Amino acid sequence: MTAAAERVETTGTDTDILAIAREQVLERGEGLSEQQILEVLRLGDDRLTELLELAHAVRMRWCGPEVEVEGIISLKTGGCPEDCHFCSQSGRFPTPVRSAWLDIPGLVRSARETRETGATEFCIVAAVRGPDKRLLSQVREGIKAIREDGNDIQIACSLGMLTQAQVDELVEMGVHRYNHNLETARSHFPNVVTSHTWEERWETLRMVRAAGMEVCCGGIIGMGETVEQRAEFAAQLAELGPDECTMNFLIPQPGTPYENYDVVEGKDALRTVAAFRLAMPRPLIRFSGGRELTFGDLGTEQGMLGGVNAIIVGNYLTNLGRPAARDLQMLDELNMPVKALSDSL
Amino acid sequence: MDEQVYCGFCGQELTAHDLAGCVGARRAAMEPPRYCAHCARRMVVQVTPTGWSARCSRHGEVASG
Ligand code: SF4
Ligand SMILES: [Zn+2]
Ligand SMILES: [Zn+2]
Repeated sequence: MTAAAERVETTGTDTDILAIAREQVLERGEGLSEQQILEVLRLGDDRLTELLELAHAVRMRWCGPEVEVEGIISLKTGGCPEDCHFCSQSGRFPTPVRSAWLDIPGLVRSARETRETGATEFCIVAAVRGPDKRLLSQVREGIKAIREDGNDIQIACSLGMLTQAQVDELVEMGVHRYNHNLETARSHFPNVVTSHTWEERWETLRMVRAAGMEVCCGGIIGMGETVEQRAEFAAQLAELGPDECTMNFLIPQPGTPYENYDVVEGKDALRTVAAFRLAMPRPLIRFSGGRELTFGDLGTEQGMLGGVNAIIVGNYLTNLGRPAARDLQMLDELNMPVKALSDSL
Repeated sequence: MDEQVYCGFCGQELTAHDLAGCVGARRAAMEPPRYCAHCARRMVVQVTPTGWSARCSRHGEVASG
C-alpha cells in the first residue's frame, strides 16, 4: 500500500492534500486549483517521496510511459532589444554573449544531429522581440533545407511575439508547435520584464492555439517569485492548457540583473515540478534549461520519476547540456521508451 | 599564436583571479568559453546540439572536440 493510501485509511480523513490529489488528479484527471497547488508546494521534505510518486503515477496514467525528446538550436543569438532580467541574450545588459546568426548548412546539420539521437522535435529559436521578414525567410529556407536533407523531424519554433499574419505564415511553413513562455506568474512578470507585458505574450499564445499549432509554454523557476506566485503561475499555465509545458530553472547569467541569484535547490525544484504535474495532468512537461545545474544527474532521474515526460537532449541555446547519449541511456534504464515520430503523427 | 593569458569564461587575466573557482563555477553552469584566451576579446559563440564554436576576430575559431 502506498504511503498516501495508508494515511487516508489510518486517519480516515480526506483533508490531506496528497490524498485529495490522488482522487482528483490521478483518478479523475482534474488538475489542482491554485490553492491546492500552494498546499503541495508547502509540503515538507518528509512528504517529497510520496509527492514524486504521485506525480509519476499521474503522468503514467494520463500521458503514458513515452518520453518526448527534443533538440533546440539558436538561429539568432544575442542582441535582443527586450529586457528579460534572466536573459544573457538581452542586448541591454553587459553579458558576454555576442550576436550571432547560424547559417542554413549549420541549421541543417543541427537538425540532423538532433534526429540521429532519436528526437522527434527540433525547435528553432531566435532571440528577438518578434520575427522580422529576414528571420522568417531564414526559417522558411531552413525548414525547406532540413526537408531536402531527408529529415522528417517535427519542427517547432520560438521566435517571440507574433502578429496574426506571422502565425499564419508559420502554419503554412509546416511548423507544428510554437514555444512562447509566459516565464512567471502574471503578478511577478513586471518585476522580470518591463519592455513588454504578460498579456502580450498571452495574446500570441492565443493566436497560435487558434491557428491549430500546438502550444508550448512554460517559464523559469527561481526568479525571486514567492511560493504563492509559483502556485499562481502553475494555475495560469493550467488555464492556458498548453500541449507542452517547459520548465526551466534559473541559471544566474553573468551581467544580467539576476547574476547573483541563488540556484533553486534540488528538492525545492523537484517539489515544484511535481506540483506543476498535479496542476496539469495531461500535457508534456519538459525539463529544459538549468536542470544540470539544479539537479545534477541524480535529480534528473528523480524528476523523470516525478512527473516529467519530455526532455531536451544535447546543448541548449547558450549553455551546454550533458551528452545526449547519457540521457538516452537513463531513459533506457528507467524503461521509458522514447516517443517515436509515428506516434505523434 | 600568443600564449593563453586570459580566462575564457570571464575574460580576466589568468594570474589575476581564482582560476579554479571561476572555471569551476562556469563549468557547473555548463558555459562555453566566451572570451579569447589570447586577447580577452568577446568571441562570437554558436552553441549547437552537440557542440560549440567560438570565434575571435583576431585569433580565429576554437571549437568543442
Ligand atoms: S525576449 Fe527572449 S531573447 Fe529577448 S531578452 Fe527576453 S528572453 Fe531573452
Ligand atoms: Zn575566469
Ligand atoms: Zn583573440
